[in-house]
Amino acid sequence: MLDLLFRALLGGLGVAAVAGPLGAFVVWRRMAYFGDTLAHSALLGVALGFLFDINLNLAIIVLCVGLALVLVMLQKKHIIATDTLLGILAHSALSLGLVAVSFLDNIRIDLMAYLFGDLLAISQTDVYWIYGGGLAVITLLVVFWKPLLAMTVNEELAKVEGYPVEAIRLLLMLLVALVIAVAMKIVGVLLITSLMIIPAATARKLSKTPVQMASMASLIGCLSVCGGLWASYQWDTPTGPSVVVCAAFLFLIAYTLPIQRLKYFNN
Amino acid sequence: MNKQLVAFEQIGISFNGRTLLDGIDMSISEGEIVTLIGPNGSGKSTLIRILLGLQAATSGEVVRHKTLRIGYMPQKLHIDPTLPLTVKHFLALVRGVDKHQILPTLETLGIAHLIHSQVHVLSGGETQRVLLARALLNKPNLLVLDEPVQGVDVNGQVELYNLIEGIRDELGCGVLMVSHDLHLVMAKTDTVVCINQHVCCSGSPQHVTGHPAYQALFGVPGADESIAIYAHQHDHVHGEHGSILSGDDDTHANCNH
Repeated sequence: MLDLLFRALLGGLGVAAVAGPLGAFVVWRRMAYFGDTLAHSALLGVALGFLFDINLNLAIIVLCVGLALVLVMLQKKHIIATDTLLGILAHSALSLGLVAVSFLDNIRIDLMAYLFGDLLAISQTDVYWIYGGGLAVITLLVVFWKPLLAMTVNEELAKVEGYPVEAIRLLLMLLVALVIAVAMKIVGVLLITSLMIIPAATARKLSKTPVQMASMASLIGCLSVCGGLWASYQWDTPTGPSVVVCAAFLFLIAYTLPIQRLKYFNN
Repeated sequence: MNKQLVAFEQIGISFNGRTLLDGIDMSISEGEIVTLIGPNGSGKSTLIRILLGLQAATSGEVVRHKTLRIGYMPQKLHIDPTLPLTVKHFLALVRGVDKHQILPTLETLGIAHLIHSQVHVLSGGETQRVLLARALLNKPNLLVLDEPVQGVDVNGQVELYNLIEGIRDELGCGVLMVSHDLHLVMAKTDTVVCINQHVCCSGSPQHVTGHPAYQALFGVPGADESIAIYAHQHDHVHGEHGSILSGDDDTHANCNH
């Protein structure tokens, strides 16, 4: 039992640590709906993974990355407003995933676990995936931090100054796709975005620089995982939703209690 | 003769059969301040975007000197309020910036005290100076300023124009400015180019303000500005002279000479 809990904690912390800084970018660039769309498509990845008997993590990553690329292409063509496009893709992908899962008669899939996550079902291999993928994401974030931030602050200025803006935008989307793929085991396709956004939004209140906000988001995400896991253990609540509830609780505390207000002015 | 930094050669751009710019010829040299004026929708910003490489021209060519390095100051700065950012961090984003140059640059612009301020709380004039600082930190030999005095009161505008002229004198860089404001900017400008889809007229400020094409767009200098500026959104008429001036301009026509 303790082993199980320890593994859940390890996996959860790994995901929260990576989701934090990336969540900050999702908040800054208003990509929440984009994240949702990728997350919803992850279920289709699971179904396809089972269908073709390939590693599920790999299937999810490939599908998320593929969808991110399709999105970038469709966005460029300006066929339809981006939020409409995302809405169409998100729910079509989710429905397609559910339909595909229903065809898998001989395999029993715990649909609830994929939709809402099951931290306790985490395997040793999953932990490796989380830490391997997480390390890759963090490394890329650190290396490309300045161009990523410059593009986020103002794309045109960044482009005039010679940053390869298109490539960086693509990189960010791929990073989000990667994080969603590894995080879906923990909180499930319906809740992943919240694990990215809520800690970042909470961190906003407490930080004065982008780096502060990104690292604070990691920390708050980890706290939420600990809290959620503890609550789940204590009251036998579902782990994924418990983590999200805990994150939301921390958000409420940060914004209602008069703790260190963000100082806008000089010192 | 100073080195020519940029030359537009017959630049044209059109979308879905609508022509935004047509046959633009224009050049900027080192040490020269060129001001681009024209009514709303005349294609000033589009021309700037072509120069910056943010948009492609559909015809013509932009000839850039191989040493060209642009410092760009956008019209305004929108930074999402969810992104905490101090002036210092904003300026540190310039590609390949020498961080030791940040404070001296801010001092030159008289805003050193803002270095730790959040960018969201700056006033209009302060924001413009921070944007100017960012443009300067890119070590440009051409400054491109898109409506640099937007949202700044008249005193502040005079100060900013003086500052820009001072920078030109010190760095010897070329300056391309887009402006709405005619009177203040004229005093600091070497060349004025008045465009409205195509180049209506260009030359020294004195020459341009006396030009009938200019007067058709902006009215006669000295006439009541609140009426004359932007009162005429229609295209000017080629080869016409006094006849295109509207009634209220006629009453002031003598002021011009």
